[in-house]
Amino acid sequence: MNRITEAFRRRKALIPFITGGDPDMAVTEELIYALVQAGADLIEIGVPFSDPIAEGPVIQAADERALRAGCTADKLFALVAKVRRRTDIPLLFMTYLNPVFTYGGRRFMENCAASGIDGLIVPDMPWEERGELLGDCAACGVTLISMLAPTSAERVRRIAAEAEGFIYCVSSLGVTGERREIGTAAAEIIARAREVTNVPCAVGFGISTPAQARDMAALADGVIVGSAIVRLIAEHGAGGAEPVREFARELRAAIDTGKEY
Amino acid sequence: MKQGRFGAYGGRYIPETLMSAVLELEAAYERWRGDPEFTGELADLLADYAGRPSGLYYARKMTADLGGAKIYLKREDFNHTGSHKINNVLGQVLLARKMGKTRVIAETGAGQHGVATATVAALMDMECEIFMGREDTERQALNVYRMELLGAKVNRVITGTMTLKDAVNATMREWASRMSDTHYVLGSVMGPHPFPLMVRDFQAVIGREIKAQILEAEGRLPDAVVACVGGGSNAIGSFYEFIGDESVALVGCEAAGLGVDNPRNAATIANGSVGVFHGMKSYFCQDKYGQIAPVYSISAGLDYPGIGPEHAALHDSGRATYVPVTDAEAVDAFAYLSRLEGIIPAVESAHALAWVRKAAPLMGSDKIIVVTLSGRGDKDVAAIARYKGVDLHE
Repeated sequence: MNRITEAFRRRKALIPFITGGDPDMAVTEELIYALVQAGADLIEIGVPFSDPIAEGPVIQAADERALRAGCTADKLFALVAKVRRRTDIPLLFMTYLNPVFTYGGRRFMENCAASGIDGLIVPDMPWEERGELLGDCAACGVTLISMLAPTSAERVRRIAAEAEGFIYCVSSLGVTGERREIGTAAAEIIARAREVTNVPCAVGFGISTPAQARDMAALADGVIVGSAIVRLIAEHGAGGAEPVREFARELRAAIDTGKEY
Repeated sequence: MKQGRFGAYGGRYIPETLMSAVLELEAAYERWRGDPEFTGELADLLADYAGRPSGLYYARKMTADLGGAKIYLKREDFNHTGSHKINNVLGQVLLARKMGKTRVIAETGAGQHGVATATVAALMDMECEIFMGREDTERQALNVYRMELLGAKVNRVITGTMTLKDAVNATMREWASRMSDTHYVLGSVMGPHPFPLMVRDFQAVIGREIKAQILEAEGRLPDAVVACVGGGSNAIGSFYEFIGDESVALVGCEAAGLGVDNPRNAATIANGSVGVFHGMKSYFCQDKYGQIAPVYSISAGLDYPGIGPEHAALHDSGRATYVPVTDAEAVDAFAYLSRLEGIIPAVESAHALAWVRKAAPLMGSDKIIVVTLSGRGDKDVAAIARYKGVDLHE
């Protein structure tokens, strides 16, 4: 059993997202340790891309900051290798297909495996196009995460049946970003997915408060929180680790106790 | 055609959220593309509303001046709204209506596609929103007002380079948030399948007309068909009918901005490499980490870091040739055609004219070149004046 699957066994998973290299590599390293201490179960690290079409304004801005600060895939591989000496937490890269394709799929996965990246999320590579990276992922032992959306309809069963690691369930239409209210679409997707697979389902897109994390955790196996954390980093810059740790602790507590903190 | 591929290129690289919309579109296009109800309505609109067929004009003075091949201009600038964009928009909005959509959204660079979309949306009672980079809204202020006059809402995009690429990003994000009543009228032969194929089909009328008209005028096929290429819709529209005619050279003219050796250019085939972006695998201007390059051209319509996947395949096979043309060459050709033939071309089309000015004198007088004048240049007059240092207030 790999680290990703293991992470979902003991409790509802808290999966924070940060953009790698925002505002710089040193802060990204601090943020990873802070999130581990606050009780994260897996961490998603965004490899910044110039044109992230699935992201809302908060993460778009983070990608721009990271790229301006000189973040590259190679620097992130080096950072992950360094972090791996201190933590076993499952780490995933979330990025777009072009940075991986241009780097070379096989070389990218080899570096993922060597540095200690467990899985990869590529939001602009749907199920039909997964052949672009699936072979390289499999050869290097990197789990390719499948995504489901409220519009997946009859595609849910086909995609879920082949899913590995966990299934990333998009909570609602649109792009990433904080939402005041999150509908119930995720519950329907998860119910359908569970008819064909035991792979855990995590919900993301829009979850930005402890109360929302609690509500989504009640119907899923994990919750993904991105923009709300990235916004804290944007506000606090180099001093972002402390407020992010505090916020992640609140998310953890709300998920575990079912109460809002 | 497997999963909408042109050789190794094309495909459907979009977020899962958008897959249902794109699959719905593909099914609807397959359902309607050959249906006489649809093709009949579209043919009537192209004739009565857009003004097709557009003329094929023998440019006598240009031919004499260059002293080589005979030059014909395919006059897409005659179309309603002033460019070839209306061919595609009429097809897509008509299809959207058949699909029961009530709202259309579109990106625009120079504003020609936005104006065409706003126009047809008004005609067909559709709600319309256009996304345009802020830099382009400044370069093409008149077109912004034109779209608003037609009842469209124009959203100024302030992310990234604030040009066409970012307008496409913004429109895709908008579509992902609202697709049940909304169709995305993509303006070029790019994006996820079925757009490159569908837009090509709607633009192929250009090449069909060229073939009939040149056979009528000359009794034979041309030696070359030339068009400017950004995403590549007027070019593929001009080329498609001739792909099987091996004797006809197909030449696409890319925007080289300040020059192919200067970072400020948009010549995708000359400077790009294979990548995956905006839903398709094709050639893109990018760095070694796959970050899309901030490209530049004086022409907002060619200021795009990619090229349609069918062009990528035509380049690889050698069936079509892609050549870079600089701002300076295009601006010269803009003035040249205006003075010589009394036709002010779009600065996009001026890129194709610039190449013809170089190539025609090297060809014999028994040769024939058809160059597609993708649009008229009224929209560019202020920008050209600025380029030449003339202080002009619109």
